[in-house]
Amino acid sequence: MMSAQMDAAQVLTGAGLDALLQVLKSRGLRTLGPKIRAGVIVYEEIASVADLPRGWTDEHSPGHYRLRRRDDAALFGYTVGPHSWKQFLHPARQCLWQARRDGAGEQPHFEPEPSDAQHFALIGVRACELRAIAIQDRVLLEADPQYRARRRDTFIVAVNCTVAGATCFCASMNAGPAVSDGFDLALTELTTSSEPLFVLRAGTDIGRAVLSELPRRPASDTEIARAAARVEDTAASMGRQMPSEDLPQRLLRNLEHPRWSEVAERCLACGNCTMVCPTCFCTSVEDSSDLTGTQLTRTRRWDSCFSADLTYLHGGSVRQSTRSRYRQWLTHKLATWPQQFGTSGCVGCGRCITWCPVGIDITVEASRIAAGESG
Amino acid sequence: MDASTIDPMRPRLARVRSRRRDGPQVWTLEIDAGPEARSGFSAGQFNMLSALGVGEVPISFSGDPTEPRRIVHTIRAVGAVSTALAHLGVGATLGIRGPFGVGWPLAEAVGQDVVLVAGGLGLAPLRPAVYHLLAQRSRYGQITLLYGTRSPAEILFRRELNAWRRRADLSVEVTVDHALGAWDGHIGVVTALIERAHLAARHTTALVCGPEIMMRFAAEALAAALIPSESIYLSMERNMQCGVGLCGHCQFGGLLLCRDGPVIRYDRLRETLRVREL
Ligand SMILES: Cc1cc2nc3c(=O)[nH]c(=O)nc-3n(C[C@H](O)[C@H](O)[C@H](O)COP(=O)(O)OP(=O)(O)OC[C@H]3O[C@@H](n4cnc5c(N)ncnc54)[C@H](O)[C@@H]3O)c2cc1C
Ligand code: SF4
Ligand code: SF4
Repeated sequence: MMSAQMDAAQVLTGAGLDALLQVLKSRGLRTLGPKIRAGVIVYEEIASVADLPRGWTDEHSPGHYRLRRRDDAALFGYTVGPHSWKQFLHPARQCLWQARRDGAGEQPHFEPEPSDAQHFALIGVRACELRAIAIQDRVLLEADPQYRARRRDTFIVAVNCTVAGATCFCASMNAGPAVSDGFDLALTELTTSSEPLFVLRAGTDIGRAVLSELPRRPASDTEIARAAARVEDTAASMGRQMPSEDLPQRLLRNLEHPRWSEVAERCLACGNCTMVCPTCFCTSVEDSSDLTGTQLTRTRRWDSCFSADLTYLHGGSVRQSTRSRYRQWLTHKLATWPQQFGTSGCVGCGRCITWCPVGIDITVEASRIAAGESG
Repeated sequence: MDASTIDPMRPRLARVRSRRRDGPQVWTLEIDAGPEARSGFSAGQFNMLSALGVGEVPISFSGDPTEPRRIVHTIRAVGAVSTALAHLGVGATLGIRGPFGVGWPLAEAVGQDVVLVAGGLGLAPLRPAVYHLLAQRSRYGQITLLYGTRSPAEILFRRELNAWRRRADLSVEVTVDHALGAWDGHIGVVTALIERAHLAARHTTALVCGPEIMMRFAAEALAAALIPSESIYLSMERNMQCGVGLCGHCQFGGLLLCRDGPVIRYDRLRETLRVREL
């Protein structure tokens, strides 16, 4: 079914985008996308194009984020905020199972699986975020049936980035700014005036089926070229970059580098960087029972390599110091993730830099440490 | 049921069939997981055991892998969950998930001498290996069990150890850190037993389980006895919450110990074991 003709780029207007949301809803999907809340762009349920952050962009620097007005009406004219799609696919809290005892001392029995399987349409997924989803797939898809159930029917509307944030470095991680695969539909925004305008392409059969229901027209060669040029400009204006050559080996050769202690003096071990990271997956489980001991629940929640409990063994935690926890975080992302899952654990989205309260920058720390003692 | 629909995070309910005390604060439970329980495990693997409403912890199999329907675990009560588990009475309910992990390389060791080095409770995860080796005795060369524990009172599986000592085809040496009164055995650390044992370095496989510091010294002593690091295996302990490599707790450098271990070949550990707080 892959035919070049079917995948010819189409042009969609704001009304077309609204039609897309309605088609996805009519297919039983919860449409989730960007929205402004308390001064940041978050991902939430969206009802229509009116919910999108029209005419807004975001300013990033280490430890700093602010929304600012654009001089056009672009709907996707920002980069990424503190939310990522993992909050839907790999939720922060999740019930693993519940069991009931009919009376004290009775044999408990498991309650049926909650059938709250939700089906999502993710609107406005960036290239780095598509890569992050692919990375979490590697970690969770096979081992976690709940993740698999949510992920299976997820419909993805990707957006090529037409601006790069000052903390972005996806280009040096080969993760963006152009989307390459893993989407059902991909948009490139061409909006200049007040009327939203997109070049749209389908990436899957279901994407093609949805596309066929939308009001659209074929894109002209000029529109296609303009869309491509915008994404190329984005790649060229990337705010940061990660050193690439031999990075994993160079980091692992420098596990005792003095820089780890220096960064530990600034790091608050707050774990913000792991909460905002779209690939971080660590979780802990908690058991609870009600006062009568008849209702038993096991819950799984996000955890962080910055928490002492993550490595608790009888007698104390393995990683006691902030130095060791920061080292674990950075080397896991960039050096040991490839050994564990055959892919980098970082996509270069820059969230950990922007949302670190003290502005610690993974690209700076990795460069210094990988450069060795003389760095 | 198709494997892809089984939720590895969902325990089966099981009951305690029997319970015996095996040392101070140490109990061995035999668990009846019902007819539909997955049977079979290999020596060195572990289960996740739940004290319902309290929590779940990793516990190694300590029973006989040649009797796959008998699930046996030896538990030391050290904290909330292990204490709740160790104190379960006969007939009480617990949750069980597993088996998980990669165990001892007993197939690879066929034709070789095998030395088992245990420290403290580390004897429990090695006991299934002893059962396996004895069940297939003719396939292995010399078998040596070196066991170190704190004091004579803490010696695990005492009756069984005595029976093993009487066998001609198994050599057993026990040492204690300190002894008061009647103890005519070795005193000192288990590494001293390694130095004294006459190991045929080039065709010996070494299996080591105990506290990490003891394993590090034992591995160094085995290496000093010229056993290649590719023939030395350690059972690593880290916080483990899932058993299938998705919770992130058991990372040890590039290893996920619940999935890639707990038993890991020493050449993959030698460098990282030296790094503090890894
Ligand atoms: C692969 C493996 C095999 C093991 N086999 C055995 C065995 O055969 N017999 C036995 O008695 N013990 C064994 N242990 C250790 C046992 O899991 C811990 O003693 C137990 O988790 C302590 O939990 P607690 O709640 O009683 O103690 P607490 O100290 O209160 O622990 C609180 C929590 O921390 C974690 N934790 C604490 N200590 C450990 C630990 N040593 N290892 C992993 N997680 C820990 C657990 O999540 C635990 O619930 C094994 C550990 C591992 C990793
Ligand atoms: S480590 Fe930082 S830059 Fe990399 S994916 Fe995570 S949040 Fe984004
Ligand atoms: S690096 Fe920054 S965000 Fe991460 S734990 Fe340290 S202070 Fe918090």
